[in-house]
Amino acid sequence: MYVAVKGGERAIENAHAWLAEERRGDTDVAELSVAQIREQLSLAVNRVMAEGSLYDPDLAALAIKQARGDLIEAIFLIRAYRTTLPRFGASEPVDTGAMLCDRRISATFKDLPGGQVLGPTFDYTHRLLDFKLAADGDVAAAPARTAETGAVPHVTAFLNREGLIEEAPHDDTPPPDLTRQPLEMPADRALRLQALARADEGFTLGLAYSTQRGYARNHAFVGELRIGAVPVEMDIPELGFAVEIGEVTLTECETVNQFKGSKTEPPQFTRGYGLVFGQTERKAISMALVDRALRWEELGEDNVGAPAQDAEFVLYHADNIQATGFLEHIKLPHYVDFQSELELVRKLRREAGADQVQEAAE
Amino acid sequence: MTEYNFAYLDEQTKRMIRRAILKGLAIPGYQVPFASREMPMPYGWGTGGVQVSAAVLTPEDRFKVIDQGADDTTNAVSIRAFFERTAGVATTTTTSEATVIQTRHRIPEAALTEGQILVYQVPIPEPLRFLEPRESETRKMHELEEYGLMHVKLYEDISRHGHIATSYAYPVRVEGRYVMDPSPIPKFDNPKLGGMAAIQLFGAGREQRIYALPPYCDVVSLDFEDHPFDPSKADHPCGLCGAQDSYLDEVIVDDAGGRMFVCSDTDYCEARQMAGHRGKDAA
Repeated sequence: MYVAVKGGERAIENAHAWLAEERRGDTDVAELSVAQIREQLSLAVNRVMAEGSLYDPDLAALAIKQARGDLIEAIFLIRAYRTTLPRFGASEPVDTGAMLCDRRISATFKDLPGGQVLGPTFDYTHRLLDFKLAADGDVAAAPARTAETGAVPHVTAFLNREGLIEEAPHDDTPPPDLTRQPLEMPADRALRLQALARADEGFTLGLAYSTQRGYARNHAFVGELRIGAVPVEMDIPELGFAVEIGEVTLTECETVNQFKGSKTEPPQFTRGYGLVFGQTERKAISMALVDRALRWEELGEDNVGAPAQDAEFVLYHADNIQATGFLEHIKLPHYVDFQSELELVRKLRREAGADQVQEAAE
Repeated sequence: MTEYNFAYLDEQTKRMIRRAILKGLAIPGYQVPFASREMPMPYGWGTGGVQVSAAVLTPEDRFKVIDQGADDTTNAVSIRAFFERTAGVATTTTTSEATVIQTRHRIPEAALTEGQILVYQVPIPEPLRFLEPRESETRKMHELEEYGLMHVKLYEDISRHGHIATSYAYPVRVEGRYVMDPSPIPKFDNPKLGGMAAIQLFGAGREQRIYALPPYCDVVSLDFEDHPFDPSKADHPCGLCGAQDSYLDEVIVDDAGGRMFVCSDTDYCEARQMAGHRGKDAA
């Protein structure tokens, strides 16, 4: 005998209780603190801040803990939180030229003013599991010396002095706000960069990689990659001037791409740009490559039909919160729709079957 | 819960959504872009409907949520609990008592009345999307009233299968102008869309679109003169209440091919059983 299913409410409550228990894991093992996650899983924290579009290492660490380490789930928690926060205003544009660089490298010059600073990078580590970490994590202090205080100018500025790279003209137009206006096409570069800055790292990486393999190749050199803290200033109306309200760590990547030119215009290198919260250089480089690929139209290049050239394709599918939500919603009940499909297929099959019988009789 | 505003969204956001709703009501069937917010439930779980409900709910409202026609499906339970918690509104499962009804995939069987609002959760608001994936193109097609592609698709269905092979999310034309996706309701529900006394609001959160049907709006399911629209359903009465006129779910009751058909609208079915109607499988 069939009885309509009741008790969804209790099932949900119990599922949540079980989830909380699983999140905690074996209680004989010490619980992770938010500070431990913030300090020791900082690259995960950075990714959550970048794609969550909220610079708050403590909240990002909390989200990672709550999400059992599922970073997309953690990003979702941050996004859902940030959307409820009131807007007091916008900061002044940050000056990445004044960045206190932890890392600053250029692939296009052997040496340059400000120097090559490797910083805390995995680049030249040998990827051998360090079994010592399984026992105790004590590390010797890294050698230190006083930081150089000299200016660290942007590499592209050197090229610009010779006119070798396209201008990036100063523009004071307030950029559109992706989180306050619906994303509509065509999207200008400011809006595209804004969407890419919070785009899924994996999706952006895949698209960038596809351009390197020939799907809208634009041959990128990493002109410069810099990571460090920049001050954030905000104009306070009551004061009438901007004051520093804090600092954020950013990763900035400027690529120098294949040149363009014509009979009338001498050839010039072109630019791609990536700027992301935290130490997130894979994402920043990917962003710069995809940015450059999306600029095909303004640079007078051919549309070769590559995915990375298609702004609508890239921007509508780059957000992992939208993507994961829609993908996973197919778990929800769809039995009403399925029932109507069942009826239709049965009807079509019935008629097809009737036709076959008729043919056999003829 | 005091950390959040009434019905979760801040008043600025609600105002933005209400403007989109009013524009949608003024241009029936037109998809109004709106700055959808991240909600504390995933995209695809009804964030569009939840935002629309949050924007129209008042403390005096009585709220009902159905998914697949039922009040007790998990996601309906979850959304109802969300508004109980964030808005403290009264809730009900009785269709006639509700002032705002949020639904996924069904229109209630009982006729709605003036003063009620039916809020649909919409996954893909664009009826032309699977014919043309580009938003920039489909918006142009709507502007130019260029719906030939849709008719060709329906015609191709008939030539291939003998019938229009769309059984849910069946496209409609609103007030002779916009072709609209009625959300994935079974086509059985399509005739209820037109001439309805209640306000119908459609929210697509991930796709950032709101559209609407004002009361007593003209809504026609697309068809051909020689292949008229057919709002079919399973050819059975409800096993529990005996209703002949309601949309039915097919429930598998054993592993030997046994099955029964019951109303998808649980409130409708329960009310009929209370009134003494009995189907052949009723206890």
